[in-house]
Amino acid sequence: MRRLLFLLPLVILVVGVQVLTDWTDTRYYLTQLTMAAYYSLLIIGLCALMGYTGQISLGHAGFFAIGGYLSAALTTRNLAFFQDQAFFRLLEGAGILATGQDIYGAELVVVAPWAACLVAIIAAALIAWLLGIPVLKLKGHYLAMATLGFGIIIYRIALASEYFGEADGISEVPPFLLPFGLEVSGSFAVREANYYIAWGLLIMGLILLRNLIDSRVGRALRSIHGSEDAAGAMGVDTARCKLQVFVLSAVFAAVAGVFLTHYNGGIGPSEAGVMKSVRYVAIVAVGGMAHLWGALVMGVVLNFLSLRGVFGSYDDAVFGLILIGIMLFAPNGVLSLLNFSGVLDFFRRRRRRVKEPGGLR
Amino acid sequence: MALLAVSNLGKQFGGLQAVSEVSFSVERGMIKAVIGPNGAGKTTLFNLITGSLTPSSGSVLLDGRDITGHRPHQIASFGIARTFQNIKLFPGMTVLENVMIGRHIRSSGGFIASMLHLPWVLAEEQRIRQAALERLEMLGIAELAELEATSLAFGQQRAVELARALAMEPDLLLLDEPAAGLNIYETAEVGRLISSIRQLGITVLLVEHDMSLVMDISDEIVVLSFGRKIAEDVPEAIQSNEEVIKVYLGE
Repeated sequence: MRRLLFLLPLVILVVGVQVLTDWTDTRYYLTQLTMAAYYSLLIIGLCALMGYTGQISLGHAGFFAIGGYLSAALTTRNLAFFQDQAFFRLLEGAGILATGQDIYGAELVVVAPWAACLVAIIAAALIAWLLGIPVLKLKGHYLAMATLGFGIIIYRIALASEYFGEADGISEVPPFLLPFGLEVSGSFAVREANYYIAWGLLIMGLILLRNLIDSRVGRALRSIHGSEDAAGAMGVDTARCKLQVFVLSAVFAAVAGVFLTHYNGGIGPSEAGVMKSVRYVAIVAVGGMAHLWGALVMGVVLNFLSLRGVFGSYDDAVFGLILIGIMLFAPNGVLSLLNFSGVLDFFRRRRRRVKEPGGLR
Repeated sequence: MALLAVSNLGKQFGGLQAVSEVSFSVERGMIKAVIGPNGAGKTTLFNLITGSLTPSSGSVLLDGRDITGHRPHQIASFGIARTFQNIKLFPGMTVLENVMIGRHIRSSGGFIASMLHLPWVLAEEQRIRQAALERLEMLGIAELAELEATSLAFGQQRAVELARALAMEPDLLLLDEPAAGLNIYETAEVGRLISSIRQLGITVLLVEHDMSLVMDISDEIVVLSFGRKIAEDVPEAIQSNEEVIKVYLGE
């Protein structure tokens, strides 16, 4: 239990913020904080893959979208046409089906959210596994390009397929009922509960990843980042380890996608966009790459600001700028800037370069 | 039976025959050296034995078991450890963590169990840490345990790499130029260290350029030139071997 004490400040902060919004009557902030928590869940998963194992992915918005879209489609698309078929009765018998209503009040037969959620997450894991086997043989920018290709494919499928609602995406996604009378939905009545569901999930994810990093497997992952040759010579099955952490990070992304989709009541193709993947990579970089806390803090702060509309129409441009800035001034993350030595070094070097000709005279 | 038996091993890179029909064996408990001029194929030979490269022909037997063409991590788990000519420590990790990775094949905590920090995983973690600390103490570098490995002096980094390999408790240890970049005092220290490794029951095969070290500690020497074995004998005989002298000094 003592190992979990590190979470205490975070838990206090999470509860504190909720209480504060209650006192100051600014409960509307909770909506963006809930969404930011889900995005951050994806980001800490990506951090384990990128920061610790050294494998970049520019396709994680794709896994998020696979989770979100599958869960959305399964819980909204009417299965009533298949009433007479054997598989329908099988699903019905297993209690996997639920009834719903479309926007015109007509009766729908759809997959129950819990089952849709499971299918979506398993599908994302399976796709990550199948994709990972060939592409994780690649290194560096070749891996970046291959995963980028995957992201583009998912984006185009979301945009082109009628089943996934084309450019409109999928709306009217029903709430996701959890045990203890909780539900994942955007209705005002359950705003506080949803804030705690999202943050609970994020903190749980953080605990799991911290445990992983701080273990035999975590050391193996970090050794792959350092030198794949040496890791192999130590007996680390590098291909298997990379695949496992890739699938794990895809599952984190898919879980985030499923929950956020039910919370928002819908999902659109922009969630699958390449710019989203770039944003996630930028946030992991800002957080300091091999730094779960940094990724979490930056994930929440930057997504919150973005969702509040602080960056306006320049949203994606801001994240591009952040990426450039981070690479130039603080390749070890923004937290390392707290002593400002990186920035000072940069300018000192510039000044020296300017002075040099004078020195020669 | 020999611990390691290399027979007719060959490796071709395009038109270049880097290693050609090399055969030799290493008996258990022996210190054997591979020498030869630059480009003779010594490191390639190591890479073929450890699975970093796949042989074009020939076979490698470890304790009678054919390990030819297996992947590096499998060969490591069969009992072969190695160090690298250009030291390959893991950056961003402490000396202790580096050596703890040496225990990877001697422990079993998997992905899910590690994420959940199951009690037996935590107990195993303690044993891993203990075993790593013992190796550091053995090499007299325990006080460096918490420092970042890649920030150390060159000689100390070599010692860490050796500790990491020893943590694997291998049957056979391959050392690729363990004295490269070291001064004469450090080289003598490495010589004593290798001899003491033998006392642990670990067989050693090394590539080395420092002739006094090689002649001092080896039981047998294999000489390579242009990918071929030109001699294999005890140190005294190698020193007076006509062909070896020709290769090293020119005609």
